[in-house]
Amino acid sequence: MKTKRISLAVATAVAAFATGAAQAQVSDNVVRIGVLTDMSGAYSDLAGQGTVVAANMAVEDFIAKQKPNFKIEVVSADHQNKGDIASNKAREWFDRDKVDIVTELVTTSTALAVQKVAKEKNKLVLMSGPASTRITNEDCNDVTVHWTYDTYAVANGTAKAVTKQGGKTWFFLTADYAFGHSLEKDATDVVNGNGGKVLGSVRHPFPGSDFSSYLLKAQASGAQVIGLANAGTDTTNSIKQAAEFGITPKQSLAGLLMFITDIHSLGLKSTQGMYLTEGFYWDLNEETRAWSKRFFERHKRMPTMVQAGEYSSVLHYLNAVKAAGTDDTQKVMAQMKKTPVNDFFAKNGKIREDGRMVHDMYLLQVKKPEESKYPWDYYNVRATIPAAEAFQPLALSKCPLVKK
Amino acid sequence: MTVNKNIGFAALFLLGLLAPVLIYPVLVMKVLCFALFACAFNLLLGYTGLLSFGHAAFFGLAAYAAGHALKVWELPTLVGLVFGTVSAAALGWLFGLLAIRRQGIYFAMITLALAQMVFFFLMQSSFTGGEDGLQGVPRGTLFGLDLADDMTLYYVVFIICAAAFWLIYRTINSPFGQVLKAIRENEPRAISLGYDVGRYKLLAFVLSAGLAGLAGATKMLVFTFASLTDAHWHMSGEVVLMTILGGMGTVLGPVVGAGVIVSLQSELADKVGSLVTVIMGAIFVICVMAFRRGIVGEAMALYRRMVGEKV
Amino acid sequence: MIELFGVPLPALMGQLMLGLVNGSFYAMMSLGLAVIFGMLNIINFAHGALYMAGAFLAWMGMTYWEISYWWALILVPLALCVVGVIIERAFLQWLYKLDHLYGLLLTFGLALIIEGLFRDQYGVSGQPYPIPEELSGALNLGFMFLPKYRAWVIVASLLVCFATWFTIEKTRLGSYLRAATENPKLTQAFGINVPLMVMLTYGLGVALAGLAGVLAAPALQVNPLMGSNLIIAVFAVVVIGGMGSIFGSIVTGLGLGMIEGITKVFYPEISSTVVFIIMAIVLFIRPAGLFGREK
Repeated sequence: MKTKRISLAVATAVAAFATGAAQAQVSDNVVRIGVLTDMSGAYSDLAGQGTVVAANMAVEDFIAKQKPNFKIEVVSADHQNKGDIASNKAREWFDRDKVDIVTELVTTSTALAVQKVAKEKNKLVLMSGPASTRITNEDCNDVTVHWTYDTYAVANGTAKAVTKQGGKTWFFLTADYAFGHSLEKDATDVVNGNGGKVLGSVRHPFPGSDFSSYLLKAQASGAQVIGLANAGTDTTNSIKQAAEFGITPKQSLAGLLMFITDIHSLGLKSTQGMYLTEGFYWDLNEETRAWSKRFFERHKRMPTMVQAGEYSSVLHYLNAVKAAGTDDTQKVMAQMKKTPVNDFFAKNGKIREDGRMVHDMYLLQVKKPEESKYPWDYYNVRATIPAAEAFQPLALSKCPLVKK
Repeated sequence: MTVNKNIGFAALFLLGLLAPVLIYPVLVMKVLCFALFACAFNLLLGYTGLLSFGHAAFFGLAAYAAGHALKVWELPTLVGLVFGTVSAAALGWLFGLLAIRRQGIYFAMITLALAQMVFFFLMQSSFTGGEDGLQGVPRGTLFGLDLADDMTLYYVVFIICAAAFWLIYRTINSPFGQVLKAIRENEPRAISLGYDVGRYKLLAFVLSAGLAGLAGATKMLVFTFASLTDAHWHMSGEVVLMTILGGMGTVLGPVVGAGVIVSLQSELADKVGSLVTVIMGAIFVICVMAFRRGIVGEAMALYRRMVGEKV
Repeated sequence: MIELFGVPLPALMGQLMLGLVNGSFYAMMSLGLAVIFGMLNIINFAHGALYMAGAFLAWMGMTYWEISYWWALILVPLALCVVGVIIERAFLQWLYKLDHLYGLLLTFGLALIIEGLFRDQYGVSGQPYPIPEELSGALNLGFMFLPKYRAWVIVASLLVCFATWFTIEKTRLGSYLRAATENPKLTQAFGINVPLMVMLTYGLGVALAGLAGVLAAPALQVNPLMGSNLIIAVFAVVVIGGMGSIFGSIVTGLGLGMIEGITKVFYPEISSTVVFIIMAIVLFIRPAGLFGREK
């Protein structure tokens, strides 16, 4: 767990700026943002150091544009994908290091753990990395915002597309923890809802390295589609080993949660034609390209949706602190919910009462090698899933905060 | 000597009372829980001569059992802690039955393998939450005190650990403890003196497992969280390290060892990352090669030499 | 489709083959442990970490110095043999007079150091190691596609196990070794350099772990935690087989790998614990292990 403390700016109140907004009442005059992420494990590629880069970019942009009269610090730590480490670190940050907000939290188990600590300490959490819909359902609370995507959204995009393309029988290979379970459940609903059938599933330990015996089970099931309800290196290894055992191309694989970094490491040759659902693709329009190029210059990789979402969420939070003139948890939360999210990542994004930030999602298909014209040119955008359809409707929510 | 010892204990007690005012209380509570864990372990290694490499199983199981009792069954905190302790003792009895059939290295490997079995059981059972862990366990109340407050909880944890420590101290100095030491020194002789060595060993094992469980359950209460880390064999290794570093077979050794290791880990984790493991390993090697009596053991030897010279 | 106990035969055979691959690793690892234990009376806790180091050395060789897989198969065990000799000279030789537990504790510390160093350098997400060209592709066995590489793992490990067994049981060097194990003082008196034998034995055991690591790299990818996940199961294998028995460790390793494979078909929930359950049962019936002698 390496913590880096980067003091980004000393922006004292400038006389010229004293008009208008009320003097900000920020506790100890510093807003501390903690980035708690996987720095060394299975998800370090898709989140990791890149999210720290994104958070720092957000802070710099905010300072350059808004000239706040408070200091901002970014601290970061490695939660090693373990709930207990994440929970202890967050507790220490809140109690001892005066951290105001914890962000990122890839790996659902760490997210669920920190969510509870934050509620106990009445501090905010912005989640860009984790996937499970539990965060805004059974486990929802009034200090959490789930930003980038969730298992409902990706299943709703990918599983629907694959089933409609004729993949009627499914078998799931599931990472054995909250995230995998959620993804399997959400995808099962979608498959059943679209006339498909689920033949079975097998759960593998997280993180795994040898998937051969699980893949043989999937093969024996005879399903047309093997749904990969896992992520990061678990997904890339499953795909590689499926090819090794001659399972593909007889049966096809559906990576239910894949990131551009996975495609990058596997190559287009072995992933071409796969569908995936993301909340962001760097090559969507001028705005996304401009931001992603800046990110690329610093991180030497194009951003994943988790990293882009991290920027978006941190910037939205800082704007809310400025507008509310305080870093008081509930006042900032109210301000964040009141203001629509408008940046390169989301257009007219909205934070619902269950903590879900809803925005457009994209159904993408991986290009054939010959279609790819320049580095990181990987996807064809097949459909834009409008915010209203992309996420689980509030009517189905299990969150007690939702008034029905 | 006795006077010195009493003064020592009193000083330690006072230090314990004052510590949370000076240091982050959650950290001190962590030290206390591990100190208790190491003392329980020392009862076996230091006083009976049995090296168990599976004590994480008791620590972890008790954490889950207590957590489940508090969170799902919504039992009072005290009952939860007792339930955790009893579960660990029961598991200790099972382990003991199998493991005391062999000695030395075999004993170590068997306990390690049995603990790994428990680890997998906990990983796959639904009540533990698997990889996610058992999260958000309510701390509850004890005799009307709200344990959600860190300071209140601290003194409860302190009293639990002090009481358990006293129990261990009394056990060591009881006739039962003397028999254990006899077994450690020379097992065949203990047998020929007519002691049922197997039963003594088993009883020591169960006691040690139960107290390790109490430590695990208490730690769960502090962090409101039970996780697989608690049951992993690295945890078993850590408690061995604490005991050896502090001085096995000394009363205070494990406490000192736990204090050093836990504070080292929390100080270094942010600075050197995974190199913490390397440092732990290096301490292990140094202890085994050159420092086998541990901190307290060496200090006592030094003290005796100085006193001896004066006489 | 032919079925056996309600399970399609191809599925069962497939899992058995995979079990045999895992069993090959168990066999090589427990063989190394048995050789070391027989001579030094030390349980080498660092065995898993050295296996991981073997895989990493192969990967580093390929990444930094373009050393091919086939050269790695020779060079990595040699390198680890040197590491083993250094460990024995620097640490272990001072512990022989003490309780055997200190050997276990020392090698545990070494395991932490080695694992921590690689974790710090490379993280825990694992590095891919490509399957050598000659062994890519799969064999169609009728009931499954067995990747050629995994078939090679089985063959190679059987060869290595046999060679080790032959060296110890059938050659002159082996007879010195066995004599030195049985009665070191007497053997020394016959003019055989026992400390040298001890040193080489540890080197050999460690080299076996390194070789297993190189074999594992393309199949399981290279990960700093790969050793610690394996070593405890191998301990159980050694306890089941009986400590110090060369033949016992090979047979038990292969057998348990296959039993694990079968459980994956019939009762997958216990596939990761079945080795330990068997260990508990064996301990009850034969405390010295299946092939061990009660001392």
